[in-house]
Amino acid sequence: MANILAVDDSASMRQMVSHTLKQNGHSVVDAPDGKAALDKAKQQKFDAVITDVNMPNMDGITLIKELRKLPNYRFTPLLLLTTESAPEKKQEGKAAGATGWLVKPFDPEKLMGAVRKVVR
Amino acid sequence: MSIDMNQFLQTFFEESFEGLDDMENGLLNMTAGEPDVEQLNDIFRAAHSIKGGAGTFGLNSVTDLTHKLETLLDRLREGESEVTTDGINLLLASVDCLRSLLQAERDGTEADPQQAADITTRLAAMVDGDDDDGSSSDGNAGDDAGSSATADDGSGPGGGWRIGFTPEPHLFMTGNDPLRLLEELSELGEIQVSCDSSSLPALPDLDPEECVLSWTIDLYGDVERQAIEEVFEWVEDDCSLTIEPLEPAGGDTTTAAPETAPEPEAASAGEPAGDDTQQKPAQQSSGGNASTSSSIRVDTGKIDNLIDMVGELVITQSMLNELGENFTMDKLEKLQDGLAQLERNTRELQENVMRIRMVPISFAYSRLPRMVHDLMRQLGKKVDLQLNGEETELDKTVMEKIIDPLVHLVRNAMDHGIEPPEKRAELGKPETGTLEMNAYHKGGYIVIEINDDGGGISRDRLLNKAREAGLVENGSELSDEQVFDFIFHPGLSTHDEATDVSGRGVGMDVVKRNIKALGGNITVNSTPGKGTRFAIHLPLTLSILDGQLFRVGDQVYVVPLISIMESLQMQGGKIKRMAGTSELYEWRDDYIPIIRLRELFNEAGGGDLENELMVVVEEDDRYVGLHVDELLGQQQVVIKSLKSNYRPVTGFAGATILGNGTVALILDIAGLLELAQARDEVLTKGANN
Repeated sequence: MANILAVDDSASMRQMVSHTLKQNGHSVVDAPDGKAALDKAKQQKFDAVITDVNMPNMDGITLIKELRKLPNYRFTPLLLLTTESAPEKKQEGKAAGATGWLVKPFDPEKLMGAVRKVVR
Repeated sequence: MSIDMNQFLQTFFEESFEGLDDMENGLLNMTAGEPDVEQLNDIFRAAHSIKGGAGTFGLNSVTDLTHKLETLLDRLREGESEVTTDGINLLLASVDCLRSLLQAERDGTEADPQQAADITTRLAAMVDGDDDDGSSSDGNAGDDAGSSATADDGSGPGGGWRIGFTPEPHLFMTGNDPLRLLEELSELGEIQVSCDSSSLPALPDLDPEECVLSWTIDLYGDVERQAIEEVFEWVEDDCSLTIEPLEPAGGDTTTAAPETAPEPEAASAGEPAGDDTQQKPAQQSSGGNASTSSSIRVDTGKIDNLIDMVGELVITQSMLNELGENFTMDKLEKLQDGLAQLERNTRELQENVMRIRMVPISFAYSRLPRMVHDLMRQLGKKVDLQLNGEETELDKTVMEKIIDPLVHLVRNAMDHGIEPPEKRAELGKPETGTLEMNAYHKGGYIVIEINDDGGGISRDRLLNKAREAGLVENGSELSDEQVFDFIFHPGLSTHDEATDVSGRGVGMDVVKRNIKALGGNITVNSTPGKGTRFAIHLPLTLSILDGQLFRVGDQVYVVPLISIMESLQMQGGKIKRMAGTSELYEWRDDYIPIIRLRELFNEAGGGDLENELMVVVEEDDRYVGLHVDELLGQQQVVIKSLKSNYRPVTGFAGATILGNGTVALILDIAGLLELAQARDEVLTKGANN
């Protein structure tokens, strides 16, 4: 069971991700944008972070860059949940320090498949 | 998508409508030829979110349209296309179209397919017009599946694969763990792993943050190569990976495999499409259900307050409990204190619960900028819309019902109030007219004002019209207020020609009726040449009011505290009898009619009014004295509708249940005035005959 931070500016997307993760026994904290997520990540250590890319205040790519700077998150799985299937976006994510990515539309099974890759 | 995701549809609809409002506002603030990248980014993001959600919920029409919209927005954002007025208008039309598509999905109705098709074509045309290579932008999220499918070499030879996996030293830094990858591989089939630790340095030199091991994995079974690639998808750039068939003997199968591979794929591509059409009705009906239970967005601060308050209530309750367990008379004072505290807690809790229903008026305002924008174009007028007091809160039900009247008044002001730019210039006014909305608290009311600096209403013309319609007796003097009030009379309009924007006079009576139905009131004031001001007074809440209790006969009644000006004992010298039946009372340099409630409610006894009690109440700036038998306490009462529990009764706004369980009727002052007038007319006629 892992403690996971779910970041998305869309409330329905946050609810769906949280719901799916909780149903699979994980505990979830959510945040509406990168800035809020970074604050929360500084307050407690999460076992994994799943973030949207396109968000106000701080986008997902910047969030991942910032998280990787924190000693606590150097090896933490950081997943991008994105609508962009273009390879260059994935590349950008990887370069920022993302562990992996998931392409929307959101699908609970795809999400859990991705989560299983990085946490127990 | 699993079924249980449908529970989030409602949230998706709500945020999508908000997103569309944001897009609309952003577009309205955009000027042709001056692309604001920040704003375009916000608009793009809103569209993007809607697309993401729509994909999840299988709302294909929405996904398709947002995709086209995104393509255009992306070009504008990247500066590849110009921001033109036509472009902005097309984007606005797309927002409208998306809104109606989403509304149809939410309500389980059919959207107009022509509208969506039309917008899609226009969006495509605009994108293509800028760039001949429009086809390349036409791909959608489905491309992803396509592109990865081409990388598929087909399935393994049946015997399995030998996988060489040598991670780069920095692998851990990406958050990936080789052990997890091996575990995932083992889910595909039986594996045999050998680890090469030859590059492991001596312990002192070991950097635990670096990955220096490599693995060779034999995976047995009939596994597709693509499945293995997917396991390593996230690390393909962080390792060197080799995937080779375990036993190269099966040459036949390797060539056969690619041919068979596309087949199941084609089948699987066809199936979801079939599923979609079957799932759709089910989804729509669930969306329809969700919309019937309307929801409200509540500021978390309000909920925190409630929790605090409940906490205090629990403390008070336990204190009273303790007191009650071993109560003696000497603790009476403590008990009274406790009860007073309970009352305070209850009142606060009640106020805060009511506050949950309160939403800022910006909800009602939000539709106006777009409307004004469109009307400016349609009417060829220039108007500066100023919205003030956006934070002012109003009961949600009131808010929903006030939107239409507000829209109507704004249309009217745009159409009839504010003059065309040329005319304004002639009159020495700035070419751009001002339409100012204010919202604020005043007493127990919310006041919403609509001010325009247009031509105003011609008092004489309105009066003539009223005379023509036989509403005014010849020779009678009317105050400005009374004259302007005729604008709310059905069928009266000072505009001889109807326009398609606001019609002629039709609707103002409906506006007034709707506002009245909310327990509110609307007044109008106008100065020819200077402008017009409409003021709407609305009650803070519909269901609770502070009431003054009084007795007439042996019945208890309630009158809203807010409408009471004064309660007094009548002095004989100030009571005047007019010709006919009506009695007047001299009050504050004025004469006000007296209504004998005993008479009106058919209670026995009339007699002299001297030294009797009178409650002076105000309604619509008219004052009237109510003769009552006895004044009782003041308290908050919960209004129960007579209409829904019994039937509407003129003169009563509703009923309430008092602390002792009896029912008391709540007076409706406007209705009472009507009743009294009707009665007087009957009596006067009787006297004349």
